[in-house]
Amino acid sequence: MNTNDFIHRISRVIWPSMGATSLMVLILLFSIYLYHNPTVRLVEAPPNVKSVLVEKNEPQIIEGVHIATGLKDGDGLQLVIKNCTNCHSSKLIIQNRMSADSWRQTISWMQRTQNLWDLGENEALIVNYLATNYAPNKKGRRQNIEGIEWYRLELD
Amino acid sequence: MSSEDSRRIFIKQAAVTGLGISLGSANAFASTAALDQAAVNEQDPYELFGKHPDMLLLNDKPWNMEATAHLLDDSITPSEKMFIRNNGKIPTKIDINKWTLQVLGESAKSKKTYSLHDLRSKFKTFTYQLTIECGGNGRSEFDPPAKGNQWTVGAISCAEWTGVRLKDVLKDVGINEDAVYIGYYGEDVHLSGDHSKHPISRGIPLAKAMEDETIIAFAMNGQDIPEAHGYPLRLIVGGYPGSASGKWLSRLVIRDKIHDGAKMAAPSYSVPIRSVAPGEEVPTEEMKIIEEMPVKSLITYPKTGAVITLGQQLPIRGHAWSGHDEVIQVEYSIDFGASWKVARLESPVNKFAWQHFNAIIDFTEEGYYEVWAAATDKKGNRQPMLVPGWNPKGYLNNACHRIAVRVVAA
Repeated sequence: MNTNDFIHRISRVIWPSMGATSLMVLILLFSIYLYHNPTVRLVEAPPNVKSVLVEKNEPQIIEGVHIATGLKDGDGLQLVIKNCTNCHSSKLIIQNRMSADSWRQTISWMQRTQNLWDLGENEALIVNYLATNYAPNKKGRRQNIEGIEWYRLELD
Repeated sequence: MSSEDSRRIFIKQAAVTGLGISLGSANAFASTAALDQAAVNEQDPYELFGKHPDMLLLNDKPWNMEATAHLLDDSITPSEKMFIRNNGKIPTKIDINKWTLQVLGESAKSKKTYSLHDLRSKFKTFTYQLTIECGGNGRSEFDPPAKGNQWTVGAISCAEWTGVRLKDVLKDVGINEDAVYIGYYGEDVHLSGDHSKHPISRGIPLAKAMEDETIIAFAMNGQDIPEAHGYPLRLIVGGYPGSASGKWLSRLVIRDKIHDGAKMAAPSYSVPIRSVAPGEEVPTEEMKIIEEMPVKSLITYPKTGAVITLGQQLPIRGHAWSGHDEVIQVEYSIDFGASWKVARLESPVNKFAWQHFNAIIDFTEEGYYEVWAAATDKKGNRQPMLVPGWNPKGYLNNACHRIAVRVVAA
């Protein structure tokens, strides 16, 4: 038996046992940690929850969407939140699609009839945000049926 | 973004809101606007209004929800599957012992106030099944898009309403000869919180008000009217846009001109007098108020996306209705309108109740199919397969409803 062979044999015995020992030590340490910090949950939190914890003082944007309102991230988002969602839901914006002109007309209608205040120089920024993120898409006279969820129909 | 997407966003928002509370940390939200939004969403509308989980939430300020086609399979729509179209905030602190209905106006012979008890005891009570459809039902299909809630097919219901006839109450007050219109006011609050503004105050021509089926209802499906649907009193006008059926009713005005309340003036609930090109600018003076809703139908069974085996017969069923007159025929097609077959059609229980149809379909080959339904009313109006005449606010889309079906090998 040469030296190399000896080392090889020793390591074959030691390494697995060291692996097992380290694992046990880790489990023990983690258990102590859990014991002293009961708020830690073993189930991983969903990504949006993590983001809220990390970015406490930043707007929460996940995958390009502002979570609290559902509005798309983009230049002018904060202005839209501050000026539009006091009176009506962001959902009214999200489900609509308009050209810059039509968004401008809608703002003007809200100012004439719905007590919306003068937006001053912010109006251009707001219209730009809306026309960029909520622009019309072509539908034609009839669209295909989209998003069909196929299921087996049970018949007698 | 589809309604389902917005529903998912809502759920996400609710989850985040819940977390904010459990952390006991209000500053989990950056701005006060975000806080406001969160506060709105703390109330789960499905729980709040007892709605079916498959209902689609279109808007939460004000509340707007719609059903999907398969949810509307019941003969009489239960509250949990009834669409909500609100324009303002639902009134709070309703005391039914103090609730009154005032009837007045320049064409009223007198001014009278009725308690709920007065209405029940003074006038004969009637029960009707009445179809109420939002004027904007189907708006999502217009191109260029029309602004407003993007209803798909589910802003329609046919519940059983109980109340007194509007004409009996009007006669009790006395109607001057110059009367032409009846306007309503409800107790809902304008979104801006400004109490001098009414979120909506619409009405109907006198002739419609004098019909037997136009009622002041205090019950729906044998129970108190649910709060989101007008508790404790609601004007019910079958066959007209849902906005004519004023909720939380507290005042009626007999007018010598077309009522001029909120959302009576064009372009609200109005369409061009003459047909216009898609996207065309239409001056308000060239628009008319929508009265009767057009003939329409909905396939409520099976749910779209059904897979069946070749050789199996497919039963279909649904409802058809028209604000003009009775529906006399419902046809269906499985070849995109190349050929049509007639479905069995029931008579309406009463005027303005939707009518039920059914058929059994045979498929001779495997493949992707769509089942289309088209109703025709007594006046000869038939549903178009395409989205009908474009109009600035996206009303009156009565295009044929269709479902997807796949037939696979045995």
